[in-house]
Amino acid sequence: MSQVLEERDHYLSSFERFEKNGAARGPSWAHRIRKAAIARFADLGFPTTRHEEWKYTRVAPMAKIPFQPAGYEPDRLAPGKLARAAFLQLPGCRLVFVNGRYRRELSSLRLLPEGMKAGSLVAILDADPEWVEPHLARHASYQDHAFVALNTAFLQDGAFVYVPKGTVVEEPIQLLFVSASPQEATVSHPRNLIVVDRDSQAVIIENYVSVENDVYFTNAVTEIVAGENAVIDHYKVQRESDQAFHVATLQARLDRSSNFSSHSIALGGALVRNDVNAVLDGEGIECILNGLYLVAGEQHVDNHTRIDHVKPHGTSRELYKGVLDGKASGVFNGKIFVHKAAQKTDAKQTNKNLLLSEEALIDTKPQLEIYADDVKCTHGSTIGQIDQDAMFYLRSRGMGSEAARSLLTYAFAGEILSRMKVEAIRSQLDHLLVTRLQKGSQAEETS
Amino acid sequence: MLEVRNLHVSAGGKEILRGIDLKVNAGEIHAIMGPNGSGKSTLAQLLAGRETYQVTDGEVFYEGKDLLRMSPEERAREGIFLAFQYPVEIPGVTNAYFLKAGLNAIRKHRGLDELDAMEFLELLREKLKLVDMDQSFMNRPVNEGFSGGEKKRNEILQMTVLDPKLAILDETDSGLDIDALKIVAEGINKLRRADNATVLVTHYQRVLNYITPDHVHVLMDGRIVLSGGKELALELEGRGYDWVKEEAETVQRTST
Repeated sequence: MSQVLEERDHYLSSFERFEKNGAARGPSWAHRIRKAAIARFADLGFPTTRHEEWKYTRVAPMAKIPFQPAGYEPDRLAPGKLARAAFLQLPGCRLVFVNGRYRRELSSLRLLPEGMKAGSLVAILDADPEWVEPHLARHASYQDHAFVALNTAFLQDGAFVYVPKGTVVEEPIQLLFVSASPQEATVSHPRNLIVVDRDSQAVIIENYVSVENDVYFTNAVTEIVAGENAVIDHYKVQRESDQAFHVATLQARLDRSSNFSSHSIALGGALVRNDVNAVLDGEGIECILNGLYLVAGEQHVDNHTRIDHVKPHGTSRELYKGVLDGKASGVFNGKIFVHKAAQKTDAKQTNKNLLLSEEALIDTKPQLEIYADDVKCTHGSTIGQIDQDAMFYLRSRGMGSEAARSLLTYAFAGEILSRMKVEAIRSQLDHLLVTRLQKGSQAEETS
Repeated sequence: MLEVRNLHVSAGGKEILRGIDLKVNAGEIHAIMGPNGSGKSTLAQLLAGRETYQVTDGEVFYEGKDLLRMSPEERAREGIFLAFQYPVEIPGVTNAYFLKAGLNAIRKHRGLDELDAMEFLELLREKLKLVDMDQSFMNRPVNEGFSGGEKKRNEILQMTVLDPKLAILDETDSGLDIDALKIVAEGINKLRRADNATVLVTHYQRVLNYITPDHVHVLMDGRIVLSGGKELALELEGRGYDWVKEEAETVQRTST
């Protein structure tokens, strides 16, 4: 118990320093939120596996590490290293954050459509806080989630994107989060707010990368607000260092007739926890959640999703696929809540897993809670191995066994990529996937 | 080309092949016939390298090499092709990718340049005509949603593209209508040359109306009990398998 208190106290005293050194910038209402959130974190503490939502994910090893607030680390960011991070080739504007802090000199803000804003959250908190006040910390609740509480307490920088009504942003908006912690283990709390007003359209990419194989902790929260008829295509690509910890919550609040798709790709990290939550708070909303997790070694990845159908005529389609090799472990927990008023809801949720080794492990739990009586809902999950008949078929045509295994794994995972609408993103992820699978099979052939 | 000597094979502790002897020379077509459960498919799959069977005794030589020590992919690269009785569906992999990957693995092994997408398409166009398949099949996932006849034609397509030295066809004629059967038979006949060989595993004599075998063997209870020329197939069609069985039992009784 004293250990648990010590871990919590580390963040409480860190918060005191954060307040004193003037880093907690912005208007008084923002600071009131921070103080409420740290108080809530003090009550909650870090979750243990006795907590239902954390049953299969042990955060104790991470909580024990006395992470220090991350600094800038400019030396670690030779331009060449940054260039190797994927998607830099994409058109459109790019906001770059190093250890959670906005770096203007690395970012490229092309000519934005009239009325659109894209930039640093802390800058907007300083200059025009009224832009973010209606939404910031109003959607991602910190009442029950210790990591959201911690992020909110240390709320400082991240991306703020605002797309005014009736605006179609053609090119993707890339948010690139680079982590580097060469000296000591550090923590950053990126906080993003994306507001797409009515009748508008945007493609957002959150891209998390590291430049070295450092130990650090990324604790991110992204709030997305879709206005009436808005169309948002969101991609999250997580390729943290193999020694990193990554905890993130994506909270989407969707208005009438909006269309939201989320693609969550998890490739890196030692311990990863991803929460994706969408509230369909209007009629006729379409929500698509796709996910792919590809882990090996001793990686652990936990995907929690929650879709709230609040109003009638909503459609949700969810497909999460996992590939687990080595001693990797994974969790899928998907909840669909159909509220009493949400008649004519059409919800489908699927989780499929491919285990490539005897020691890989997956805990999957799809859940439906339905309080309306006229709905169409299905859910299901599968866990399987490489199909031996398919292996023999491929080998009998001349393909080597490792190439055949890679191809079948690629075919399994590729279904998620095939659902991506933006070709430039899809093809780069495809390349990433192929490289990753080839690397895996080569490692095995030489061992 | 292929020599099977006293081959004994088990699966799950049950002996399926109980001493097979078979010799196939270049330029020959052999038909292996027999009732259900006689071990025909086991023999075909074993020759292609299926690892679910245990060889308990005997030897197999292919072009002088110990076949049983070769992996399925090595066999394919050395020129063995199995047309599957039940072709496997592979979602997420296009027919074109599947075939090109196999072809290039074989070409690489033979010291030939790998074909690029254009060269492959060129080759494919000509072969597709032979089996009366539309090009659109190539962009579909391997065998997924194919009818039975389409799957079998797809096997023949693969065979003509990969151009094997020894083709083993496992009941490729089963379940086909007469038009598809003719296409399949024509594919096999077109491949026939002095430097390659075909082993046709079949339950029915019908396909032999279109393909003339040099040798016909009857497989029963894991043994080749009778071998002969093409006229044996017609005799089997007329009289069924029972008389062969009786004859085989008589031979066995007198020899023990």
